[in-house]
Amino acid sequence: MWQAFVDLIHQLIPWYDGGLADVVIILIKGVALIFPLIIMMAYMTYAERKVIGYMQLRIGPNRVGPLGLLQPFADVFKMMFKEIIFPSKANIYLFLLAPILAFVPAVAIWAVIPMGEGFYITDLDVSLLYVLAIGSVGVYGIILAGWASNSKYPLLGALRSASMLVSYEIVIGFVVVTVVMIAGSVNLNTIVADQAGGIWNWYWIPLFPMMIVFWISALCETNRAPFDVVEGESEIVGGTHVEYSGMCFALFFMAEYINMIMMAALAVLMFFGGWHSPFEGVPYLEAWFTFVPDLIWLLVKMSFFLFLYLWIRATFPRYRYDQIMRLCWKVFLPLTIIWIFVVGLMTQLEISPWF
Amino acid sequence: MIKKVKKLVKAFGLGDIRAGMKITAKQLVADKITVQFPEERTPISPRFRGLHALRRYPNGEERCIACKLCEAVCPANAITIESEMRDDGTRRTTQYDIDLFKCIFCGFCEEACPVDAIVETHIFDYAFESREGSIIDKKGLLAIGDENEKAISKARLEDSKYR
Repeated sequence: MWQAFVDLIHQLIPWYDGGLADVVIILIKGVALIFPLIIMMAYMTYAERKVIGYMQLRIGPNRVGPLGLLQPFADVFKMMFKEIIFPSKANIYLFLLAPILAFVPAVAIWAVIPMGEGFYITDLDVSLLYVLAIGSVGVYGIILAGWASNSKYPLLGALRSASMLVSYEIVIGFVVVTVVMIAGSVNLNTIVADQAGGIWNWYWIPLFPMMIVFWISALCETNRAPFDVVEGESEIVGGTHVEYSGMCFALFFMAEYINMIMMAALAVLMFFGGWHSPFEGVPYLEAWFTFVPDLIWLLVKMSFFLFLYLWIRATFPRYRYDQIMRLCWKVFLPLTIIWIFVVGLMTQLEISPWF
Repeated sequence: MIKKVKKLVKAFGLGDIRAGMKITAKQLVADKITVQFPEERTPISPRFRGLHALRRYPNGEERCIACKLCEAVCPANAITIESEMRDDGTRRTTQYDIDLFKCIFCGFCEEACPVDAIVETHIFDYAFESREGSIIDKKGLLAIGDENEKAISKARLEDSKYR
C-alpha cells in the first residue's frame, strides 16, 4: 500500500527526475510521525496529572470533557493565546532560538527510532550514535535559554543542567557500549532483531544492572523528578523556564515530554526486545498473540516505562545537586566500566546469556 | 564490616527505592478522598455559623422584638438596629442591617437573642456583586430566613439537647 502511495506521488510530481517527489514523501513521513508524537505528548501530560493525582489520593483533571480527556487541548489553546513576554535587555534572537534548539533535536531523534519490522523513517547504520549525538544538542537549548533570559534563576538552572547532562551522557554512553558489545551492531534495527525469540532473549537479563543505570540516567537526561534541579520550583522558581511564556514555554515543555517518550522507546529497544512479542517461542501463547501488531507491542512496553516516569516522580523528593554528581561519577561510572569488563569477558568465553 | 556490606547490598539492591514505590503503588489504587465541591458537600455540624437570617413564627409574625441585645453584644459592631412602636403597640425594628465585611461570624448575636430571631444558617458559599452588597438589610435577612426555615429549625432541633 505504501509503495502504491509512493508511486502515486511520483506520478503527480514528475519534475527533477522524481527528486521533488522524494522530498514530498519525506515531508509526508515526517508529518505522519510528528503528529501522533505530539498527540502522545499531550496525553502524556494528562496521564501525568491523573496518575500523580491518584497517587496523592486526588482524582486529577476531570472537568474538561468526559474524565477530563479534553484537558490537553484546553491547555494548548490557553498556551496559544498567551502573550510572549521578552525580558528587557534580553537578546531576543537567542531568546527565541533557545526553545527551537530544544524542540528540534527532540523530534529529530525520532527519525531513526524503528517502530516495527521495517517501520521507520531512516535506517541509519549508526542510529544509536545518532541518538546520542542529537540528544546532546538538546543541551544547547537549555543553556541558551538560561543565558539569553538575562536573569539569575535561569542562568543557575542552565549551569546545573549543563553539567548534569554532560555527566550523565558519559554514563549513558557506557551503557550503550555494553548493549553494542552484545548485539555487535550500532544499528537499532539490528539490535532489536538480535533480541528476537521470547522474553528470555531480551537484553534485560544479561544487562540487568545496566538497564537500571540506564533508566536512572534517562531520568536525569530528560530533567525529570527526582533529578529536576534544572527547574527546581522550590529553589530556583522555574529554572530556565522562568522568563518564558506562551508558546515559547510550550516548546520547552513539548521537548521535555517528547524526550521522555524517546527515552522510554530507547529503553524498550535496547533492553526489552523492541517490537518483539514476549511470547515468541512459547507453545500456545505465541499463536494466540500473533494478531497483535509490532507497533502495539512497542507502545505497550513504552507505556510501562512512561508510567515508571510518573511513578518515580510521585514517589521521590528532589536530589541535591552534589548528590546527583556523586551518584554519577562515584557510583554509576565505576559500575558501568566494571560491567563492560564483565560483558567483554563473558562474550570472549562464550558464556550463554551474554554471548 | 558486616554492617557496611549490608548497607551496600541495600543501596545496590535499591531497597529504599522499592519500599517507597510500593507505598505510592498502594496509594494509586486506594480510595480517593477528593470531594467534588459544588456537586458533593462535606457534612456540616448543626452548630455551623454561616450567613445570617431573621426568623418568623409559624403564623408569619417576625420574631425580632428590637431588644438590641445582639447589637450590644456584637464584638465587631456589624449590626445596626432602629426600632419604633407599631400600631398594635408592640416594638418592632424598622431597620436591621448586618455588614458582612465587619462580621466575624462569632455567633454571639444568635446566643444573645431571647427569641431566637437572628440565627446563622449553614450557607457559606455566597458572593456579593457590588461593594454595597455586603450589607444585608432586614428584608434580605427575612428572605433568607423564609427560604431556609426548614434547615434552620432542623439544625436548632438537633442541637437543642446540648444547649
